[in-house]
Amino acid sequence: MNPMKQLVESTKTSSPRKRGSSNSPIPNSLDFRLCGNDWLTRNLLFSIVLLLLVITAPPLPAAVTLESFTFPTPAEEQHFKDVIGQLRCLVCQNETLADSDADLAHDLRAEVYEMMKSGKSDKEVIDFLVNRYGDFVLYNPPVKPSTYLIWYGPFVLLAIAVLLLIRAVGRQRQVQEPEISAEERKRLERLLGDNAGKGKQG
Amino acid sequence: MARYLRYMVPLAIFALLVAFLYRGLSLDPKLVPSPLVGKPIPKFTLTRLDNPAASISDADFRGKVTLLNVWATWCVSCRQEHETLVQLAKTGQVDIYGLNYKDNREDARQWLTRYGNPYVANAFDSDGRVGIDWGVYGAPETFIIDREGIIRHKHIGPLTIEIINDEILPLVAKLKS
Amino acid sequence: MIPELGHFALILALSLALVLSIFPMIGSLNNTPGWIALARPAALGQFFFIAIAFGCLVSSFLTDDFSVAYVAQNGNTLLPDVYKVSAVWGAHEGSLLLWVFILSGWTVAVSMLARHLPAVVLARVLSVMGMVSIGFLSFLLFTSNPFARVFPVPLQGGDLNPLLQDPGLAIHPPMLYMGYVGMSVAFSFAIAALIGGRLDAAWARWSRPWTTVAWMFLTIGITLGSWWAYNELGWGGWWFWDPVENASFMPWLAATALIHSLAVTEKRGAFKRWTVLLALLAFSLSLLGTFLVRSGVLTSVHAFATDPARGLFILIFLCIVIGGSLSLYAARAPSVSSGGRFDAFSRETLLLGNNLLLVIITAFVLLGTLAPLIYDALGWGKISVGFPWFNRMFVIFTPFLVVLMGMGPLTRWKHQDPGDLARQLRVALLISLGGGILGSLPILHKGSIWAGLAVMLSLWIVCSLAISLRQRLRYRKGLAGLWQDLGTKGSGSYYGMVVAHFGVAVFIIGVTFVMQYNVEKDIRLSPGQSTELAGYTLRFDGVQGRQGPNYHADRGTVHVLKDDREIAVLHPEKRVYTVQTKPMTESGIDVGFTRDIYVSLGEGLGNGDWSMRLYYKPFVRWIWFGGLLIAIGGLLAASDRRYRIAVRDQLSALGNDGLIANGGS
Repeated sequence: MNPMKQLVESTKTSSPRKRGSSNSPIPNSLDFRLCGNDWLTRNLLFSIVLLLLVITAPPLPAAVTLESFTFPTPAEEQHFKDVIGQLRCLVCQNETLADSDADLAHDLRAEVYEMMKSGKSDKEVIDFLVNRYGDFVLYNPPVKPSTYLIWYGPFVLLAIAVLLLIRAVGRQRQVQEPEISAEERKRLERLLGDNAGKGKQG
Repeated sequence: MARYLRYMVPLAIFALLVAFLYRGLSLDPKLVPSPLVGKPIPKFTLTRLDNPAASISDADFRGKVTLLNVWATWCVSCRQEHETLVQLAKTGQVDIYGLNYKDNREDARQWLTRYGNPYVANAFDSDGRVGIDWGVYGAPETFIIDREGIIRHKHIGPLTIEIINDEILPLVAKLKS
Repeated sequence: MIPELGHFALILALSLALVLSIFPMIGSLNNTPGWIALARPAALGQFFFIAIAFGCLVSSFLTDDFSVAYVAQNGNTLLPDVYKVSAVWGAHEGSLLLWVFILSGWTVAVSMLARHLPAVVLARVLSVMGMVSIGFLSFLLFTSNPFARVFPVPLQGGDLNPLLQDPGLAIHPPMLYMGYVGMSVAFSFAIAALIGGRLDAAWARWSRPWTTVAWMFLTIGITLGSWWAYNELGWGGWWFWDPVENASFMPWLAATALIHSLAVTEKRGAFKRWTVLLALLAFSLSLLGTFLVRSGVLTSVHAFATDPARGLFILIFLCIVIGGSLSLYAARAPSVSSGGRFDAFSRETLLLGNNLLLVIITAFVLLGTLAPLIYDALGWGKISVGFPWFNRMFVIFTPFLVVLMGMGPLTRWKHQDPGDLARQLRVALLISLGGGILGSLPILHKGSIWAGLAVMLSLWIVCSLAISLRQRLRYRKGLAGLWQDLGTKGSGSYYGMVVAHFGVAVFIIGVTFVMQYNVEKDIRLSPGQSTELAGYTLRFDGVQGRQGPNYHADRGTVHVLKDDREIAVLHPEKRVYTVQTKPMTESGIDVGFTRDIYVSLGEGLGNGDWSMRLYYKPFVRWIWFGGLLIAIGGLLAASDRRYRIAVRDQLSALGNDGLIANGGS
């Protein structure tokens, strides 16, 4: 089968994909039960990083679908877009529920619309889907111990790298510059003298 | 010696990476495991495929070990696994129920007449609403359900003889005892 | 006949690649001039035969020879000729052929243009490139033969994926591959240096122009891909952090770190081991990308063949190449002497900081891309990180990089007095802070702190560049003096830096402004109906059918008016290609320097009504304009005259001890 057909067929979609999604939810289930007596420091460090993660969430424009869902107010329409922007399409797995054109995405969007229209809260809608499809249906992985690797990993790497940098710069400062012997010094002067008339290099 | 160790770090990291990549070659990245395994089957009532007047519900799944197979006429892989299902049904080891997912009733009936009917009964889920409750995200999918109506296993993708022998039948035998 | 010729040519090319890898390498170790001299002819021969093979495949496409399986899958009689040619690299097998073709081209280029290198070094470099060739040619011949026949011969081909039938996407792979493959040159130089035990500033000077050119191509390739996605996919997006996109971005990041690190090694002889490692890393990431895209371990809409058997072949190849090179590194690096000293505050340290940040970014992009695989393999459940995670991480780390970018060019080598630097940058700091505050206020658009941050960072870079230029060009007055100064006071390397860094500033503005201020409207319009979008009026004039060469299109007409004056007529289309019948959108875009108006059709809703999506995208062109500037910067840097002066001439002038004075190992 034509491998590039995968681009179109494997996802059972009919139109090209789209991107864009909204804010991820502020994690609300962080477990701070740490062992050891330095829990305060680690707690603080975790909180700082978490804060950094939260405040740096650039608000991305929520993607819109092409169905004609009707909403009483623009705020409610934005609310709907925000919620479907947080969910993943299980067929086109790199797309949000808002962007995907897969059949299942159409169905799930209709489902979410009905639930929101009947007054269900965001949490109820998300729980509904997570109960049926698992955490994978959340576009942003939840922040829980098993996902610390991806949420805190980069910062841990940065810390390690900075430490290594400081050590490397510090270590090489202790390296003695090699002394040149008298013979080498004479050779150096001869070379510099020879090159005096040849102009500077770039 | 410590000096030398430092320069082996990149190689070590690469070795770790290769281990993951090698493992990844035998995994399917698109598989979504089901959170419903170990939970009771969702409550539902649907019309039967062969008889719109009759209905089928979750209650029909109590009392015996069953399979629920999600299928449709538009699904190419379902056609591939159909022979295997028919053979499995013939062995009589387990009752196979069908969930006809987002399909056309007439087309589905004719399809079964043409290719064989391994199903004890078929639920007709035209809008896929019940499929959502089962966590269905594509076809074919097959669930193994025990006597108390608890989902014990979900297989995603077409069934083959190997999968039946290695995955399905041992679990069915275990659940029956 | 022709496909068989092509197949045979590939086999001959493989034999020549074997010659190229074995004889010159052994010859260099034993100092056998005859074997060393085999390198160039072998490289030329390899190129010649691969070119023949490539030509045969092109010819098969142009003549619609559907007896070739690859042509049957990707060609079509209705396909316009230009896309028949680009279909050659439209799928797995053909794109691999393009890979080896470009690799053999670079090998010949190195053999011809790097003549001033010591013959022994050149032989080793070409040898290593030959080894990479062997890998790819074997992969082609044993698992992915583009010339495989199919029987019975189909009457019509499967057609090239409609998404690829676009000029942007036709040149995107060749540009990208020029970049990926170009990294193999830096890689080969690094391996040659490790084998020879000589890792000094001369090595850095030899590698630098090749690496810069390869990096330039990679920049162009990625920019093209992004531009294409925006134009073709119909949803106004231009980067998705998709695994395949990341597979091209990671080598780019590593290569950027490499070109900066090479600067230090060339000028000061420092960071030698680190630079070598980066050179190995950049190409390793290119190869890793090849693996990820073709093995099926990751979900991506871009991915080629998802065939684990092929994946295993590439993985073994990766182990040999990357594992081998890193083992060589582990064995040789400890004996490399340290280079020039530098103080805690100096350009060296800042560049080290730059490298650090770039490597961290590469690391987390790799982490995010592989996270689904890692979690699945460890049984930790199924996750996938998406666009928001990548974006957030990128936005956290990049500002620090930008701060360094402003400081670096003004900082001295070896030792810089921080107070002196602060004094020089005082004005830049004031302007950027001021601009940042202004930029975040709701003057022209609604207020946004992100826009303010972007303005601040961009102004920081631009002001720092201005200060640097002024320092260099201030000794003569008047335009004539300025012109003279431009020629003598700066070098290609310097101007390259100025233009490339300026490009980054432009890019930052483009990305942030389009994300902050973009307006989307999803609407249903009847013919004749108008709607408002960000101060423009858009009038829909209905949709008509149109027949293209291999598709049928529904072509809409949308007039764009500003203050009742018509400024553009857009023709968004919904196309259904004859063979692959999935519908495709061609957006109608009014391109502007400061904004794009973008319309894409949705569905016909009856009565001539259509649903459509309208976008107002401010400054979106600045994204690719920035990318282009970065690439131009690379070109300027690579054309620095010091690379064009034959090193051998210098060597003879200095006497044979010239190189030893460089503090080699």
